Amino acid sequence: MITLLTDFVQELRSAGVPVSMVEAIDAMESLAHVDLADRIQFKETLRATLVKNSRHEAAFDVAFEVYFANRVPPLESGPGEDKHFTANQLDQEGWMGGTSGLSVESLIETLFEAMAGQNFDQLRNAARRAVDQLAGMEPGRPVGGTYYLYRTLRQLDVEALEQRLLEMFLAEVDPEDALAVRLAKEDAKRAVEQLREELKDEIRRRLVADRGHQAVAKTLRQPSVEEIDLMHATRTDLANIEHVIEPLTRKLAVRLARRRRLSKKGRLDFRRTVRASLATGGVPVEPRFKTVRPHRPEIFLLCDISGSMATFARFTLQFTYAMATQFSRLRAFVFVDAVDEVTDFFRPGVDFGEALARIGTEADVVWLDGHSDYGHAFEQFLVKYGKELTPRTTLIVAGDARNNYRDPRAQNLGEIADAVEAVYWLNPEPRAYWDSGDSVMVRYAGSCEQVFEVRNLKQLELFVETVTEHRPSRGRNRSTHMKGEPMNLVAPRGNR
Amino acid sequence: MSLPFPNPAAVAEALRAVDYLPDNRITQVSYLAMALGKPVLVEGPAGVGKTELAKALALITDRRLIRLQCYEGLDESRALYEWNYKKQLLRIQADRGQEWSELESDIFSEEFLLTRPLLEAIRSDQPVVLLIDEVDRVEMETEALLLEVLSDFQVSIPELGTVRASSIPLVVLTSNNTRELSEALKRRCLFLHVGYPTPEREQAILLARVPDLAERLAGEIARVAGSIRTMDLRKAPSVSETIDWARTLLALGIERLDTQVVGDTLHVLLKYQTDIERALKDLSVEPG
Repeated sequence: MITLLTDFVQELRSAGVPVSMVEAIDAMESLAHVDLADRIQFKETLRATLVKNSRHEAAFDVAFEVYFANRVPPLESGPGEDKHFTANQLDQEGWMGGTSGLSVESLIETLFEAMAGQNFDQLRNAARRAVDQLAGMEPGRPVGGTYYLYRTLRQLDVEALEQRLLEMFLAEVDPEDALAVRLAKEDAKRAVEQLREELKDEIRRRLVADRGHQAVAKTLRQPSVEEIDLMHATRTDLANIEHVIEPLTRKLAVRLARRRRLSKKGRLDFRRTVRASLATGGVPVEPRFKTVRPHRPEIFLLCDISGSMATFARFTLQFTYAMATQFSRLRAFVFVDAVDEVTDFFRPGVDFGEALARIGTEADVVWLDGHSDYGHAFEQFLVKYGKELTPRTTLIVAGDARNNYRDPRAQNLGEIADAVEAVYWLNPEPRAYWDSGDSVMVRYAGSCEQVFEVRNLKQLELFVETVTEHRPSRGRNRSTHMKGEPMNLVAPRGNR
Repeated sequence: MSLPFPNPAAVAEALRAVDYLPDNRITQVSYLAMALGKPVLVEGPAGVGKTELAKALALITDRRLIRLQCYEGLDESRALYEWNYKKQLLRIQADRGQEWSELESDIFSEEFLLTRPLLEAIRSDQPVVLLIDEVDRVEMETEALLLEVLSDFQVSIPELGTVRASSIPLVVLTSNNTRELSEALKRRCLFLHVGYPTPEREQAILLARVPDLAERLAGEIARVAGSIRTMDLRKAPSVSETIDWARTLLALGIERLDTQVVGDTLHVLLKYQTDIERALKDLSVEPG
């Protein structure tokens, strides 16, 4: 048992779930209070002691299924298990023999019956049979579980199955009532989803039996949301990311607000101190202070939304959108080779998809040819909005600094940097690629407080933490650095 | 700690008896918390019954509930204990001319100690349920303060020495996940994520919480709420909001849900105008 548990903990760690020594010991201790034969008790106990973040629950589920699946008593050996088939021809078949006997049609029929009646035991049994007969699993064959799943699903013709279910559900409701129709559709979808899960479980069980759990667990590991590369995120990834971004921006907002509050104590307020001392017999036990006017951070976000940045831009805009709900003084700008302000598109209450669509159609970001031109964008930004920059402003630039071999005109960013509190740059490219090809990151880096590689949420979190924890040092050498640089450099070093 | 419940099933039954409907996970974690005497960290969206769980646990174990509501800036003097310095001052002034050593031991005695929830919970003779609500709102520094209490069930007061727990409280911490809690705190707790319930469970919750609600209507409400939660909304309806909705519908004498009724009463369930508009749009067209 102990080896099994340590193996399992090891697997969790490889899947990105941090499990400490103490937690593993806790898990072991807790198991003493648990009826080990009860799978639910067992699983929930491990979950409560080993997983301390809801984001890691999916990884836990997968690992658990792989490690402990084949330890469940096999379904066919349980005498009561097959009771739902008594009225059915199924239990007369010698189905362990594999392809023998049962036709696909009657299998589909059983599945349909189970799904329509929400009979989960029957569904599970039928799903097992389906995998047995249709997946054609061969021991030792190095293909993933998805291959078998699609093979089974195709033969079962799930689309037709869903359609039939839907028709059955729809027959019971008023077709005029949109709500009822929607619910019926969802029911059908859910039933099919259920079937898919059952099949997946069964296939996984068999793969584990064939290859051992370590091998299978390895193939099933997925990068956690925090580690998805933002430049190459898929649509589902982005949807997952969306859920994580919101707490992150809230965190940023809370941190900034707290920073303000910490610096609240001002000079001694004599009048209020005396007033308060009356409560303590004239002894000024509690000195009172004047409150200083709170520092209201003003954030300017400048986003590259050119083609090469498409996925990342969607993400940064999402971040912007989330930030806009937290900061009243946030202004958002987008650019390709010209800059436009998009703050209004992100008004609280506006839907993100809508905002994105409006930016796509309404923002005036193309000046010449629609290829990124950071130099021109910064110049224009300075001309159009330069007067509105104050020492309270924090500017965040999001872009890959790929300038298409144009003049970077870094002095413009330098001028901007001198006007504001700090400039932070978020670059979605790996650090190793910076300054290769047409990237001119180093030219701009001098004007920035700090340049961050933000390829995944983990790094974004790091950025949020750094920004909120340390105050930028005003008057550091960045301006001298910029002034020392020749102004008319057309092609920067290392760029040929 | 004596174990009033021999197994998780007994816990579930007791919880049900006080109208709290647990799922497997909640049951198991509650049972473990009682069996091991470990604190539980409950996390999840607002309004899914995190605080209710603590209340229900207090009910079934027949213990007093002590609640510490967390907020930004919560400090020792509000969470643990404070010296009643005004009373101390008066005492000093009333006894001018007394020896300082006598006075000192006198004014730093229990008489001048104001107990705050944490200290109160561990000093109680009868075991209590300690609810530390919205623990994610306090600063990191205050969180560290909780650690001593949670791991050793003791509080160090410099002037008095260490106060040990006379009874081990059952501690429930809740978090809305606005920030990551420290690893040290999480390590000491059992973790319980409470999500939105399945339609079946939500129906049961509605029936338990809203008397006179017809079973069929409860089922429909639960299904619609579940459906609305799959939409892309700013604030998904919580369980407490569905309960409110059920009460509204009951008060209006509605027996069946249809598009019209939902459209008219949706504002009970959703609190943003954009969400209402979106939900109406999605409900009247077919799902994607």
